[in-house]
Amino acid sequence: MPETNYVIEMLGITKQFGDFKANDNINLKVKKGEIHALLGENGAGKSTLMNILSGLLEPTSGEIRVNGEKVDISSPGVADKLGIGMVHQHFMLVDKFTVTENIILGSEKTKAGFLDKKEAQKEIKALSERYGLFVDPTARVEAISVGMQQRVEILKTLYRGTDILILDEPTAVLTPQEITELMEIMHSLTKEGKSIIIITHKLEEIKQVADQCTVIRRGQSIDTVEVAETSSQQLADMMVGRSVTFKVPKEEAQPKETVLSIQDLTVKESRGLEAVKHFNLDIHAGEIVGIAGVDGNGQSELIQAITGLTKVESGTITLNSKNITNLPPRKITEAGVGHIPEDRQKYGLILPMTLYENISLQEYYKEPFSKNGILNGNAMKKNARKLIDEFDVRTQNEYNTASSLSGGNQQKAIIAREVSRDPDLLIAAQPTRGLDVGAIEYIHKRLIEHRDHGKAVLLMSFELDEIMNVSDRIVVMFEGEIAGIVDPKDVTQQELGLLMAGSSVEKAKAMADQDGGKESANVK
Amino acid sequence: MLNENKGAKVNILVPVLSVVLGLILGAIIMLAFGYDPMAGYQAMLRGAFGSPFYIGEMLRYASPLIVIGLGFSVANTAGFFNIGVAGQVLLGWLCSVWVAISFPNWPGYLLLPISVLAGVAAGALWAGIAGFLRAYFNTSEVIVTIMLNYTALYTTNYLVRNVLTDSADTTPPIPKQASLRADWLSNISGGSRLNMGIFISLILIVVVMILMQKTTLGYEIRSVGMNTFASRYAGMNTKQNIILSMVISGGLAGLGGVMEGLGTFENIFVQGAMPALGYDGMAVALLGLSSPAGILFAALLFAILKIGGTSMPLGSGVPTEVVDIVIASIIFFVGANYLIRFFIDKRARANVKKGGAE
Ligand SMILES: Nc1ncnc2c1ncn2[C@@H]1O[C@H](COP(=O)(O)OP(=O)(O)OP(=O)(O)O)[C@@H](O)[C@H]1O
Ligand SMILES: [Mg+2]
Repeated sequence: MPETNYVIEMLGITKQFGDFKANDNINLKVKKGEIHALLGENGAGKSTLMNILSGLLEPTSGEIRVNGEKVDISSPGVADKLGIGMVHQHFMLVDKFTVTENIILGSEKTKAGFLDKKEAQKEIKALSERYGLFVDPTARVEAISVGMQQRVEILKTLYRGTDILILDEPTAVLTPQEITELMEIMHSLTKEGKSIIIITHKLEEIKQVADQCTVIRRGQSIDTVEVAETSSQQLADMMVGRSVTFKVPKEEAQPKETVLSIQDLTVKESRGLEAVKHFNLDIHAGEIVGIAGVDGNGQSELIQAITGLTKVESGTITLNSKNITNLPPRKITEAGVGHIPEDRQKYGLILPMTLYENISLQEYYKEPFSKNGILNGNAMKKNARKLIDEFDVRTQNEYNTASSLSGGNQQKAIIAREVSRDPDLLIAAQPTRGLDVGAIEYIHKRLIEHRDHGKAVLLMSFELDEIMNVSDRIVVMFEGEIAGIVDPKDVTQQELGLLMAGSSVEKAKAMADQDGGKESANVK
Repeated sequence: MLNENKGAKVNILVPVLSVVLGLILGAIIMLAFGYDPMAGYQAMLRGAFGSPFYIGEMLRYASPLIVIGLGFSVANTAGFFNIGVAGQVLLGWLCSVWVAISFPNWPGYLLLPISVLAGVAAGALWAGIAGFLRAYFNTSEVIVTIMLNYTALYTTNYLVRNVLTDSADTTPPIPKQASLRADWLSNISGGSRLNMGIFISLILIVVVMILMQKTTLGYEIRSVGMNTFASRYAGMNTKQNIILSMVISGGLAGLGGVMEGLGTFENIFVQGAMPALGYDGMAVALLGLSSPAGILFAALLFAILKIGGTSMPLGSGVPTEVVDIVIASIIFFVGANYLIRFFIDKRARANVKKGGAE
């Protein structure tokens, strides 16, 4: 075997989709036992490059070496054998299967022709203890949290003997606590000599875990840098190719009349438990109200109830003094609500449809997009082209299917559709999940602009930075109730963290003062 | 994965290859039984194209297959497997004949359209039941329509024996003015049973194409079929769309039955089993990849196989049973097109590799 320091060398990789070069002569070298970050704008070609490494895509040209040896990764099976495993940006689990069944899927061990689940379970248990990846092997995937699902994905690769683990935006869907845990898991993996390639848009995460960082811009590798010697600002500027501001400047809010009024709202979740309990909140024109909270404290149900996707148990929701409680979704949309949904692939897009059809999803039945039930394809396409341009959705053209867009660009397409309708109330749930810093800056600008046009914005996010920077008022939700309403100007991240963990405003302030913000309720 | 053009090419390649492989397997089977495959296929072609009569019969057989295939594809686009097309065909057939023989004194311009509509409505209603149950009680449309198939079969036989006739197996023929046949069509096709159904089918290909691609209803049906959650988010009435797509599907299937009742047979008789036309229509939709143009070609292919096949025993000595095996093997490959797709993908990858190394 040739002598080399690198476990992975990708040399001059080019990948073409039609005339479009998603990867253009990219170089990436990863050392054994290191955590290597891949940074780049939405649509820069990161997922494409990693799909090539994991055998899902074939490069148009270029060479891949594993441990110095030239290899031809023609299928995921070959990648498996080479010890390369990938956890995808959008998980690939079977909802109805248990954790164990998902992990062994495709490499089942059998005893006399029958599945040997006992043995598999033992092995999975051993693996999870070794790396601190605790999961319930008998739970069904549909019943466990997203963070748990991700552990299942990681276990799946480890079960197959992965030495080189690829994580495509693993933290986009995680809560701050889960992110901390993931980082510990990553360290325990590299201690055992495994190498990790991680894609993330969050610069502080790169600073925290990565040793090296390769920056990709528009399909080309710009540079590989030592993380310890590079600042977040430098990384961001290198990636976007211009100077980026992390905090969009904004004026003091000028709240006016009430747009949304929620009174004594109770909503049940799918299992029949109360997810939102006797909730009261007013949102005014000209303000951005941020909803903070640990995932699963009723935020999703609250938004689903406002938008008509979930039944309201009791209480009323009024929009511009019109009662919209339990109206069908279209009536609510027409009353003036725009909704950037939390789960973009499930609710926000119809993936196999073209981009222009997706952009017309909320207005296809209205003029000029249709008349007397006949669609006007040209009007739809024209509008799509305008929005693609305005919101910088990176795609070849409007005929591309939504599924062919990169994750971040899918999100931008949804935001374009919802914001451009100029709704009186814009509900943005995790609007910048999976977006690069440049795009986040842009989206934040648009949200603030929307506010300044005299509209109301409801922002739900697990990102404390985002909540603190963009909101004019922060509502913290805990177990379906309001734990506190605070002004972002006089609250610290620590205090916010304590509130999210269920303490009262006074208590949080006192506690935060006491321990000077050392360790605060698992919030980073 | 591939760009648009290449994707389209592969899409056409798959059904074409399915057919070719099916023909090869059919030839091997004929050889194995000691018959000459060339003679067999020649007899089949003669049986489908050999004279105006054969061409007429072949087109006659294709007509209902086209609308039935279209019907199946509409439900399929909305995400439902309407296995009940056969029952919907049968009821369409029954009701069109029933109305036609009930009002023998009505003028043609009234009787013909009303008989046609009766058949369409019967198929639509039958499928609509499954759609309604699916929309409001989330029952599986597959199981419901299979059960409705049996109900349709036995109801039809009961009605033919006890209501439309006095314990006879066959109803009297429909009045002349209610028939879809036209003298000029019979004349140019050597006295075949070719009827106006073929024109109705050709028009409906265009109509369904426009419906699915150019109307808001088609847009909604496609959306619901691909992602119900997003469709609900976009304010579409998913329940209504589920029912509507099944109603359209059943109406088209019923129209296929109408062509049998008012065109091919001009009566209805006691059925031993579900009409094969229903299942062939499903195969046609699958072979045609649920696209209207694809369905046209698939229906013609099926008609050539079926009508041409009937000439094989006489023309080449291949017995009917072997003819059926040959036809079945072609259909098998059509159904197994996943396999073919897999090999095409593999070859494409191999080519990329070769191209990439240079
Ligand atoms: N199958 C495909 N057909 C056509 N274009 C594609 C296809 N897959 C990806 N692309 C294009 O290639 C580019 C790179 O996509 P990729 O998913 O690699 O981006 P990314 O860097 O992972 O972005 P993100 O951070 O948003 O996930 C995008 O412009 C995308 O539209
Ligand atoms: Mg990506």
